[in-house]
Amino acid sequence: MFKLIGKKIDSLLMQTGGAAEMIRSVLFWLGRSRFEWKQTVEQSVSIGVNSCGVTALTSLFTGMVLALQAGNTIGNIFGEPIFVGTIVSFSLIRELGPVLTGVVVSGRAGAAVTAHIGTMAVTEQLDALYTLGTNPTRYLVIPRLFAFLITMPVLTVFSNVFGVIGGYLVAAYALGVPGEVYFNDITTFMGVKDFMHGFIKSFIFAFMIATVCCYKGISTRGGAEGVGKATTGAVVTTIVLILVLDYFLTAILTAFGI
Amino acid sequence: MIEIIDLKKNFGPKQVLKDVNLNIEDGKITCILGGSGSGKSTLIKCLVRLIEASGGKILVDGKDVTKINSEVKLAAIRRHFGYLFQDGALFDSMTVGENVAFGLKYLTDVPPADYPKVVKEKLALVGLKDVEHLNPSELSGGMRKRVSLARVLAVNPKCILYDEPTTGLDPIMSDIISELILDLKHKLGVTSVVITHDMNSAFKIADKIAFLHEGRILMEGTPEEFRRTDNPYVKQFVSGSSHGPIQMKIMKD
Repeated sequence: MFKLIGKKIDSLLMQTGGAAEMIRSVLFWLGRSRFEWKQTVEQSVSIGVNSCGVTALTSLFTGMVLALQAGNTIGNIFGEPIFVGTIVSFSLIRELGPVLTGVVVSGRAGAAVTAHIGTMAVTEQLDALYTLGTNPTRYLVIPRLFAFLITMPVLTVFSNVFGVIGGYLVAAYALGVPGEVYFNDITTFMGVKDFMHGFIKSFIFAFMIATVCCYKGISTRGGAEGVGKATTGAVVTTIVLILVLDYFLTAILTAFGI
Repeated sequence: MIEIIDLKKNFGPKQVLKDVNLNIEDGKITCILGGSGSGKSTLIKCLVRLIEASGGKILVDGKDVTKINSEVKLAAIRRHFGYLFQDGALFDSMTVGENVAFGLKYLTDVPPADYPKVVKEKLALVGLKDVEHLNPSELSGGMRKRVSLARVLAVNPKCILYDEPTTGLDPIMSDIISELILDLKHKLGVTSVVITHDMNSAFKIADKIAFLHEGRILMEGTPEEFRRTDNPYVKQFVSGSSHGPIQMKIMKD
């Protein structure tokens, strides 16, 4: 039992060390090699296109269910559904927008990144990069890292917009809250710092997803089975880390008044 | 000139290379023979630091490759080498043309406008025409190897490392690849290190053969010396017999 726990901790530390080494390599090559613009644009488009449909759908329904729950609960207590817009927008922009986007992006784009790099690893294509004058960090990791850093905040804003629209649809057509009141509730109580709160989170999630998914891909061993395991491992790790990080980031950002 | 001195490589408790000593002469074809799992691929991967050696030295023109710590200097050393991977290792997200042109961007000063011309030229050198637009998945095993070789040739390396270039190919295609390796030696004067267990190919192309067994070089010599040797290990390997000391050792394990 202890041996098993020890092995797990050892493996976790090894992987953390490996990912840290990859980040060191990213920092090393950033200023020393030409930037792969084509790769970065291609990856940004791929991540964005892969994820925007599911992001819109999940956010729309999350906004709808938030409005429904808030409206019904507040209606039961105060007799009428007040502050629905405030509750929906606060929940979405500060928490659910970045978290849901992170989960969707890691499931769609993150998994694709790990599977692609993992397949390259088991077919010696990563070794081929070294022998052809570049390396996996320069050619694969840096463009993907930037692609995630660019697209995640954009997708988060996209998610927030769809969530607020979903909330509006339920508030206006199911709860009878006038649109003007719904949007007034949002603009009165929401500030720039609430937007920044979600925005900072989306950046940190993007960095984490890119790091985990690229590292899992690069460290893939053992043929097709290895690629499958690496991809599953990447998705599970990123989703768990999003939820864990979200708590600590909320605590830290709130402590700094953001 | 590449000098391999007391090279060791361990994977965990397993010693794959034990004090390998070998000289690879410029402009010659050196074949490294050995059974599956004898450490042949590990040996050439150590040369370009795709695998880190556990001990010993690898001197490339007098510089010890194993001691280089800077990633930039390491990249410069790798420029001397071209590496033909066992299954080609073609980038499957790119076309054949993009694969062949890949190294030009990083390792040469060729302007992008000239890439198509270079690609055509190098593909012609390996006997291929009008395949630039194909995807690697549409190629046969022999074509994959040849495209991979064209990709290596595009960057004009001084030394080409071939990892089992004829494995998995039919005898005629194997011979075509062997002829190509010989041709490149004569036309371009490149140094070649060929990892193989294909005796016909080794006898045909090698200037020198080294036999790697259980992590050590058991014998070095010309193809003629290998044909006439009394070494029971080498004799068994050359004749391709299942009876002999190599199998006895396997059975003991």
